Amino acid sequence: MNQIPALVRVFAYLSLLTVGGGLAAFPEMKILTVEVHKWLTFPQLIHLYSVGQMAPGPNMMMIVCIGQWAGGLLGAVAVLLAFFGPTAVLAFIVARLRKKLEKWPWRTSIQQGLAPVSIGLLLAGCFTMAKGAIFGVETAAIAVGVLMILLQYKVNPALLVLGGAVVGVLSFMPT
Amino acid sequence: MSKRGPKLALQREADTAIAQAGVPIGQIFLEFLIIGATSFGGVVPYLRGSLVNKRHWVDDKEFVEMLSISQSLPGLNATNMAILVGEKLHGALGSIVAILGICLPGAALMYVVGMFYRMHGDHVWVTAALKGVAAAAVGLILSTVVGLSEKSLAQKFDFVFMALTVIAVNRLHQSVPRTLIAVGLLAIFFHRPDKGQKESAAP
Repeated sequence: MNQIPALVRVFAYLSLLTVGGGLAAFPEMKILTVEVHKWLTFPQLIHLYSVGQMAPGPNMMMIVCIGQWAGGLLGAVAVLLAFFGPTAVLAFIVARLRKKLEKWPWRTSIQQGLAPVSIGLLLAGCFTMAKGAIFGVETAAIAVGVLMILLQYKVNPALLVLGGAVVGVLSFMPT
Repeated sequence: MSKRGPKLALQREADTAIAQAGVPIGQIFLEFLIIGATSFGGVVPYLRGSLVNKRHWVDDKEFVEMLSISQSLPGLNATNMAILVGEKLHGALGSIVAILGICLPGAALMYVVGMFYRMHGDHVWVTAALKGVAAAAVGLILSTVVGLSEKSLAQKFDFVFMALTVIAVNRLHQSVPRTLIAVGLLAIFFHRPDKGQKESAAP
């Protein structure tokens, strides 16, 4: 069964939702990739997203894994193009208009108006993820611990996610 | 002053060089490839270090402005910044090589990780580690939310729009685009131009 057209459709759509960050699209990504197309399970989606936080570069590269699982190398490339193509074209148009936009009075309105909505979408994505990722004292403690450390000190977040892996092994390995 | 003088002159030199010929495509690709391969834990500081401090391709003010545009457009900050900076340095071709460079290393890495996870994802130690990784990621996202709220929320009332967005998506199960359009338009209207001017003129 050829999944490429469905992959392109889903990820082109998701790309337009990533206002303020990749996670803004997470609730819709869960519905489309897990519930509708069943390319992976919800725990797998959470795992891939979280592991992706340790990879360098744009932080949604985990979409490559979904593309690869559903459609091989071609699927991975298709997903990348679908997810980054539309927003890249939009950003390019804005780049061309950038000097003109500086004087446009609505520009500040749009930026100030979208800021709380994009943060809200990020938080909504975070809650969707927390439903699958936080399930007990240990996981809650890891999440709160990482939050406190990041608010208090300048630490590379990738290291803390790696630290989460170590704490995970220590807490969840069957003895 | 004596310290800033040569730096400014250098910057001006770099700016004129960019305006005259454009930065060579190969250089743009290589620089973004390096950022794409080394930017562990968030791309923005690496972008600033490379584009502003090392290469002087954009100055700090322009960088901040490009970043604020990137944040209010759909798309990830990292790739939007690549497009904006690439366009400035070498037009459409600059944009293309910049986004390719910044995406390739992470994409290749996640391709391999995805295959490994598919083969070994159910091993006990992998599942145990992944539980910790996912929980840590939740903490990381929350810290991003706090950081962004402190930095980019203009007024107290903005928290209402933020809460409305969360409730619409998580509680009322509205789709993200519907929420984005409804709450977004409301918030943009709230921050409409002439109101902002009056407010800043009032005190």
